[in-house]
Amino acid sequence: MKSKTAGVPLRYRLAVTSRSLAALLGGYLLASMASVCITLLAPMPKVDAVLSGMMLSFVFYVLAFIWCFACRSAWRAWFGVVLPSLVLAMINGLAYWMQYP
Amino acid sequence: MKEGFRQAMAWLHTWTGLIFGWLLFAIFLTGTMSYFKEEISHWSQPEVRSHPLDPAASLGLAQAYLQANAGSASSWFIRLPSVREPALNVGWRADGGGRRGFINKALDAQSGEVVEARDSRGGEFFYRFHFQLQMPHPWGRWLSTFCALIMLLGLVTGIITHKKIFKEFFTFRPGKGQRSWLDGHNAIGVLVLPFHLMISYSSLVLFMYMVMPASIMASYDSPRGYFNELFGQSEAPKSAGIVAPMTSLPSLYAKVQEQVPGARLGWIEVQHPGDQNARVNFTRAAADSVAYRRSGSWSFDGVSGELLRSGKAESTAVMVSGTFVGLHMGNFAEPWLRWLYFVFGIAGTAVIGTGLVMWLGKRQLKHATSGSLPTELRLVEVLNIASMSGLLLGVAAFFWANRLLPVAMQGRADWEINSFLLVWALSLPHAMLRPGRRAWGEQLALGALAFALLPLLNGLTTGQGLNHSIAVGDWAMAGFDLTALALGLFLAWAAHKMLRAPKPVAKRAPRAAKAPRETLAEPEVN
Repeated sequence: MKSKTAGVPLRYRLAVTSRSLAALLGGYLLASMASVCITLLAPMPKVDAVLSGMMLSFVFYVLAFIWCFACRSAWRAWFGVVLPSLVLAMINGLAYWMQYP
Repeated sequence: MKEGFRQAMAWLHTWTGLIFGWLLFAIFLTGTMSYFKEEISHWSQPEVRSHPLDPAASLGLAQAYLQANAGSASSWFIRLPSVREPALNVGWRADGGGRRGFINKALDAQSGEVVEARDSRGGEFFYRFHFQLQMPHPWGRWLSTFCALIMLLGLVTGIITHKKIFKEFFTFRPGKGQRSWLDGHNAIGVLVLPFHLMISYSSLVLFMYMVMPASIMASYDSPRGYFNELFGQSEAPKSAGIVAPMTSLPSLYAKVQEQVPGARLGWIEVQHPGDQNARVNFTRAAADSVAYRRSGSWSFDGVSGELLRSGKAESTAVMVSGTFVGLHMGNFAEPWLRWLYFVFGIAGTAVIGTGLVMWLGKRQLKHATSGSLPTELRLVEVLNIASMSGLLLGVAAFFWANRLLPVAMQGRADWEINSFLLVWALSLPHAMLRPGRRAWGEQLALGALAFALLPLLNGLTTGQGLNHSIAVGDWAMAGFDLTALALGLFLAWAAHKMLRAPKPVAKRAPRAAKAPRETLAEPEVN
């Protein structure tokens, strides 16, 4: 964080890289899953549900970014975005199967 | 990562701001210019004359021109002159021309003759650069949308970082170097915060169908199905292959006016002109409402003139997303509101610029005594200079090229863009060769000269200088010249500061020591 880059250990740099990837890729996964979940579950006409899901997805993306850099370790960052994504993916799978059997 | 939530957010704010700040600065500056896209285009093509608006007559002219010159085209597009855009624009897709075979012409709104204007992209260039970054499709759109997300993140983390957001808003301590930059950054950021939040979130809404398509994929077989349902479009009928005389477009215009008195029209599309199955689609001008509305559209039978369909009413979700899109584009804004948009855009640009300057300034202080910067700080300094003052020089080069390149030159519009890119690129080696403050000062001084002399250049090369434009009330032209002049004066002031100011470090050290504790504790946020 300080500009004395020479004093920064490699471990720290790798952790920051890992957190960035968690935010970028994991966050995108979470945002996508959340948007699909809203789309499939919202009691609205299809096109409105799609719009609402997409519009709200960015809230999740921003929250994922914040989580990935606020949590205590890079492992927790990954854990915190992948676990809810998996839960949402299961809900999505179930909802999709019920709507389009 | 530091301990504590606010510290972590300050860290995130600082580093995402640094990495994306350079690009965001360019996106914000060109976006701000785009609020005056039509006015910039008017300046870039002074040959196009303004006339009092008469939509029905213009439509008649457009129809006559297209009938004579594009009778066999598969579709026509017409854009009526407006208060901001003097030309009557027509376009058509040549039969069998495919996607590339699109021809555009600007007609004089009174005579219907083609205007022989200099080849220039004008305001359209900066508008496109704002979200395509001169990159191949779709990468520029992806990158600029990602920058918007980072901007939104920067705003949220910036808000979290500032515990005393309300108090900071009223705090400005000028003449105190780093502290003044931080106060300025905070005050502008907070003052224009609603605009900033709106503009960065709405840019995500603009391209969400592209960057977040999972919902569309889960619900529709193809994006086309989604768009057809969203805009309530029906597929165009096939051409019947039977020649039939077309109804007159002004009569259809009258029918639209019966439906919605006073409606201004945006795009008008004629499918299969001269065919039995001709269709005429009218869309309402975006300037007519804040939100982008799908209801403002009418589809007519091109032969009988019968109204076939008018646009679906908006649902809440469509209205919300349309409002965000409309707020971002600001097409509805009348002159005063448009200027407010412009000022807010400049404020956004300034927040990014001050943030970049601060990042470096804070770290420079530690090396003030040695007089030389470590490589990574020097790199940031060079990029700061080239991305800010260098970009301004590039913009100036675009407008100088517009006035100086021969009107008949081949590929003229491309060379305007090349001048922009070349001069911007040249600012980089200049920033590398000169010491920091001198590089700033020299580029700002050159920029000051380039912008302040633009009105003079305009007057000399086109005869439509300020003396003429103010006299005839051409405020788009005069406004451009006056803005260039004002920008030139501002840059001169900034260049003067950079070139004259003594080394500020020695003077500041004792003052900083006397400052109250709470203000000293805070600079760690930047």
